Amino acid sequence: MYITFNPIDVGALLNEARPSDGGVCVFLGVVRNENEGRPTASIQYQAYGPMAEAEMARIARQLEAEWPRVRVAMIHRAGSLEIGEVSVAIVATAPHRSEAFAACRAAIDRIKTTVPIWKKEFHPDGSSEWVDPTKTSGDRVIEPSGD
Amino acid sequence: MRVNLLYFASFRDIAGSAEEARDLPEGTRVGDLWRALRSEHPKFAAYPAMPPAAVNHEYVDADRILRDGDEVAYLPPVAGG
Repeated sequence: MYITFNPIDVGALLNEARPSDGGVCVFLGVVRNENEGRPTASIQYQAYGPMAEAEMARIARQLEAEWPRVRVAMIHRAGSLEIGEVSVAIVATAPHRSEAFAACRAAIDRIKTTVPIWKKEFHPDGSSEWVDPTKTSGDRVIEPSGD
Repeated sequence: MRVNLLYFASFRDIAGSAEEARDLPEGTRVGDLWRALRSEHPKFAAYPAMPPAAVNHEYVDADRILRDGDEVAYLPPVAGG
């Protein structure tokens, strides 16, 4: 199961780790209280359920083919979420940390690119709109400053 | 032949429904159906190119030929995560 309308149980995902795993990398996406400078009151996630499940399964298979020693578990919330709730959880486990970090990072990037899930932001003033990441700055890779 | 057309998010707002059955001529391609939707809804016509499309839960190209019973969806920009 990759899509859930219930709160995500992160602890349960950690049980995926095997005795041979020395690295367990967890990424949690959490509902933030603002976007592009506007305050957010809550978020509604709408998923194309069967296709989202198929696409996330495909991504997991693809990652495990690229990093054969990695296992990836992922789950995404649907429905209405409040600030601070977990919208997506990814757990990548591997014998060593470098593969776990790399696969976890690739997992969230691919989820954001191809999984058919949409996000509607509700603002404190009662207005709302569907988020179009192609029109916003989104996540950029911030390089360490070296200071 | 008849296909089932699904709408999500902003496209659902534009179409005014979540789902509709469509009777189409044999040989209709995914790109042809998108052109038909553009002619029906000015807001779809505002899109410069066909958005990503899925048939039976898999991404497909515009030249994919539709078949009876297919589930078709054109997908607005996804925003998971």
